[in-house]
Parts: sequence; C-alpha cells; structure tokens
Amino acid sequence: MKLMWFHLMPYTELPEDFNRKHPSVWVDIHSSLFDPKRAHHMYNDFMDELEYAAELGYDAVCVNEHHSNGYGLMPSPNLIASSLARRTTDTALCVMGNSLALYNPPTRVAEEFAMIDCISGGRLIAGFPVGSPMDTCYAYGQNPSLLRERYLEAHDLVKRAWTEKDTFAFNGRYNQQRYVNIWPRPIQNDPHPPIWIPGGGSVETWRWCAEMDYVYCYLSYYGYKAGLATMQGFWNEMDKLGKDRNPYRAGFLQFVGVAETRQQALDLYTEPAEYFYGRCLHVDARYATPPGYTTEATQRAGIQSMVSKAANTASYSSKLSMKATGMKDIVDGGYVIIGSPDEVVEQIRHVATSLNVGHLMLLLQYGNMSKDTTKYNTRLFAEKVMPKVKDLFGDWEDKWWPKPMAKSQRAAVPAFRPQTVAAE
Amino acid sequence: MSQPAATTVEVNGHPCRVWTKGSGPKLGFLAGLGGLPRWLPFLDRLAETRTVIAPSLPGYPGATGHTELDSHLDWVLAVRQLVDKAGLAGADLVGASVGGAFAAEMAAVFPERVGKLALIAPFGLFDDREPAADPWAQRKDVLPGLMCADAARWNDLVAAPDGANSVEWPIEMTRASEAAARAFWPLGNTRLEKRLGLIAAPTLILWGDRDGLLPPSYAGRFARGITGSTRVETVANAGHLAYLDQPDAVAKAVLAHFA
Repeated sequence: MKLMWFHLMPYTELPEDFNRKHPSVWVDIHSSLFDPKRAHHMYNDFMDELEYAAELGYDAVCVNEHHSNGYGLMPSPNLIASSLARRTTDTALCVMGNSLALYNPPTRVAEEFAMIDCISGGRLIAGFPVGSPMDTCYAYGQNPSLLRERYLEAHDLVKRAWTEKDTFAFNGRYNQQRYVNIWPRPIQNDPHPPIWIPGGGSVETWRWCAEMDYVYCYLSYYGYKAGLATMQGFWNEMDKLGKDRNPYRAGFLQFVGVAETRQQALDLYTEPAEYFYGRCLHVDARYATPPGYTTEATQRAGIQSMVSKAANTASYSSKLSMKATGMKDIVDGGYVIIGSPDEVVEQIRHVATSLNVGHLMLLLQYGNMSKDTTKYNTRLFAEKVMPKVKDLFGDWEDKWWPKPMAKSQRAAVPAFRPQTVAAE
Repeated sequence: MSQPAATTVEVNGHPCRVWTKGSGPKLGFLAGLGGLPRWLPFLDRLAETRTVIAPSLPGYPGATGHTELDSHLDWVLAVRQLVDKAGLAGADLVGASVGGAFAAEMAAVFPERVGKLALIAPFGLFDDREPAADPWAQRKDVLPGLMCADAARWNDLVAAPDGANSVEWPIEMTRASEAAARAFWPLGNTRLEKRLGLIAAPTLILWGDRDGLLPPSYAGRFARGITGSTRVETVANAGHLAYLDQPDAVAKAVLAHFA
C-alpha cells in the first residue's frame, strides 16, 4: 500500500479562548489573530516537515487548498508543491488539490500543474476537489447553484488542455477561450497526470470517478470508524458498476500519533489533537449549507436511504455537529489512531483492509503540534510502522500513481547550502 | 381561506405554477425569498377587489427551470415569459424582495408590460456603507427573525402542510433558496441601479421598519433612481417580508396605490 504524508498547515497559535471569543476559524476569522512573523516560522517548519517526510521514504507528500482558514494556510498549494519539487527527489507530489471553479480561466490549473510536473520530473498527482462551501461559496464568492457545473466544465477544459495537440477553441457554458494552448505541458502525457478526486459521500461523485477512472478520496477529519459507511457505500457502488475492488481506486485520510507506548502517545498528542478538534474545527454553522451546493439527488439520498446515511455523514453541516473535542472521545471515535508502534500497525492494517484503501493519507502533524514532535511521530511511523504495513495489497497494481521520468534522465538538483558570505 | 385556482405555464420548457384568485382588474404578484409554498392572507386581501395572479419564479415552489438560467439576462427574459404567459402583460405588478427586483426589471426593460408598480423591500442594490445582511449564511435559528419581524410568520410560511411529502418538501424549500441565490449571489446586487431611470411607472415603495436583511434606507435609493412618480411608505412592525408580518396594512397600501 501507499503511505502518504499530508500537511494541512494549521496556524498553531490560536489563543486559548478562541472558541469563546470568535465565531469561526473559517471565512471571517479575524486578521488580528494572524502574526505574519510567526507565520514565517510556521511555513518554514511545515515545509521542513514535508521535506523530512520525503527523506524518510513516504510514498508521497500531500498539500491542499483552503481560503480564509485558520487551520489551512495554503490558499495556493501549488506554491508549496513547487518548492517541494526542488527539495525532494523521488517522492510523489500530491496536490489535493486545486478547486477548479475558483480559477479564471481554469487553464491556469492546467498550466501550473504542468509546471509542477515538469519541474519534478513527472511526480505530480493532480487533485481536483469541488472545494468546501466555506472556501468556494463564501471566501471566494462563487455561486453555489453554479459551482458544480462550473467545476465539471473546468475539468473538461483542463483535461483537453493537457491532451489536445493543437490549439483549440473552447466554447463552454461558463468559459469561452479562443486559443487554448498551454505551455508548458505535463511530462505525464499518457494521457495525463493521475487525477484524484477528494469528495464527500455522494453517489454522483462515486459514479463519476468510476466512469472517468479516477481515484476517489474521502478526506474526513473523523477517522476510519466514521468513514467506514462512506467507503462501504463507495465499494458497493463500484460493485454495481462492475468495477473491480482494486484498493488503489481509493484514498483515505487518517490522523495518527505513535510513540514508544500508548501512554506516551497520549501524553504527546493530546494537546495537538484537542487543539485541532477544538479550535481548528470551530466553524460557524452558517457557512455550512449554501443553497445549491448539495445536489438535490444527494439531498434526497440523505433523507431517504442507508447509503445516504453515508452521504449525510459527509455533509458539512453534519460534520460540524460531530462535537467530540476531548482526547478520550477523539481516540475512542477513531478520529486519531494512538498507540505504540505495534498497536498502530494493527490499527492501520485494520483501517486499510476494512475500508479497502490503498492510498492512506496520514496526518502526522495536526493542530499545534511542534516541529520536534511532528518529526518524532513521522520518524517513528516510518521506522516502526511503515515496514509492517507496506506489504498490504501487494497483489494489486496501482494504476493511478505518477509515472516519472527515469531517474537517470532527471536533472540533478544541487543540495541546498545556505551561503555564508565570506570575504575571501 | 379558499384556495386559488392553479394552472401551469411553461418557461424554457419547464413548468411554472400560476395561482389565480379574485375578481376585478388583474394584479400580478412576484413573491420574495421562500416564494409561495402556500396561499397567503395578504393575497386574499388583494383578491377582494382584484384578480390576483401569482406566477412562481423558476425554482420557486411549484416551478422548476432555474438551473437553465446562467446570466441575469436569462433571468429577466424568463420572468418576461412568465409575466406574459400568466396573462399579466399590462397589469399592475407587485414584487417583493427578490420578486421585487424582477418586477422593477420588467418595468424598466419592458415598460409596456407593467401598469403601476409596487415594490416591497426589493433586492437588486447593495450599499457598501450600509451592507445588506446575507440571507444564505444564517443559522437556522437566526433566519426566521431576519425574514420577518415575527419569526413565527416565516416558520408558518415554510412549515410542511399536512400530507406533504416528507422527502420532497424540504428539498423544495431549499430549491427556492437556491433559485434566489442563483440570481442574486452573493450580494443581491444585479446592478439594477443602472436601469432604475428607465422605470416610468408610478411606483410605490414599501419597506418594513424592522427589515433586518435589506436596510430601509435602500428605499430612498430606489425612489431617487426611478424616473416615474414615487412614494415611499414604511410599514410599522414589519420585517423583510412585510406582507407576511402585516398583510392588511401592506395590501391596503398597495390597493390604494393601484386605485
């Protein structure tokens, strides 16, 4: 299986009384809470952590896009990915991803992803989320009734921009471009970089991923127990559509905290976990349900059936109603997997097999976890857990993984050496 | 309260319900946020002396087709078809909230189709110095108090009637909200201000004194912009949907203006 190292880049210094004094971590979080000079250190720590994970042999490093968000400091994940392209060598770069409807014209995404793919020698995974209501409809002012149509059209445009050989005119409902002809073009051109779709639990998204042969990723903050119904719904739908159960069709996000003993893990990870589930998920419910964001089919499923219980679990409003913020509930609920290396191995194997997920995206930094603790968690997982779970799904081929240039053909990136200016 | 006669007209191939009740000269009503999930005491007051015709805007209760409409021109032309097919061409027209913005568009762009005009807290403008509240970003317990001075009036409007389909009813209510959002997201500003000068119809502008959504000061901006004669009246103890809070007072003012 693939073990991928994911960073949300949370602002780590939200005040103790944040939840009492502020209505929301997202959309209208107050600017006075943001100290750019502290953020300088946060960004550099976070990028150190991503590079460290790459050195330790994780299969991929993952970044994502959020706007006006106190737990996600990456309005442009492409900026981070581009830096990682230079500071890593063999690790896949999973940009999870660009919310297509927010880019005007959407060919901007085709171009920037092509740049990252070229710079990295073909290591890009191209994630295309619709984007959350908070990011898209509120922070970016997109019309919720038009968002999905715009997203789907932008997807068609980006894909054509990557694959058509000649300049073409795009005559869309929302986008008209006379001359589409992106330069640069992706290295992965057979036919294009792997496309992964982070989504909620809607049947429409599952069907679309199956039809397009994309990886479906369920990126919940609530762990494998809450995610089980959604992933079962996904696999049942694949069965119905006659698709195989190749676990690499799916990705799943899981928080983990590993230490020498379970008690030590609790000692280390309680504060950052409670910071995340308390302060970082303190989102005002008024930003959860812009009308039209959820399709009528999904609403109907949500009201009617069992599959929809899964869809419902995935809706932003119900996510916000999940309120466990104390460590015991966080651990009991499976939001964060905690334990000694062997205990974590056992749980990761259980997660991977019960959800049938070949791409496990790990959050090993969360909340206000320090760089030292993050590196400890990352190293211990790499040394003591990874070797005991890598064998899973060895019989399946991952057809959705980047196909980079041969190593011997790739540019040698000189090691980074800070220059001390010497008057020699 | 007897029920209106219901017919259906097609706009862009999608059905739109038209409710008709009363006798006398025709009077059209384009409803505000939430549309008309049920017939209203306000409309009964009007129907005492007028033939009230209330077509549902695309996506509002009783109508679909909002997803065909991508631009403001699409919307304005859809509403023109709706007005024509409901037999309202040339009739007096009342529009409230989002329906008010479209009633104003009709009077501005198709002046021959509108007799006299009454606008109840219409959408269409946005003032940076006095920003309107966001109807699409409200907690469930806050929204009713933004729609009406008496929150119970809004809750009564959208409550599922006996025998309603428990799956489809909430979807229909969300659809109405989506339709309004589709036309007016994010600020409610359709640049209507540019076209107000084209309105020559005598216009009554009504505003609830407790409108928590659109500031009552917007009434003056409409009055200043409209070329035809205008009168602004404040409705006491009324919120954004003043016709729900004060049906008698609003109906009386409208009928007096159209007399």
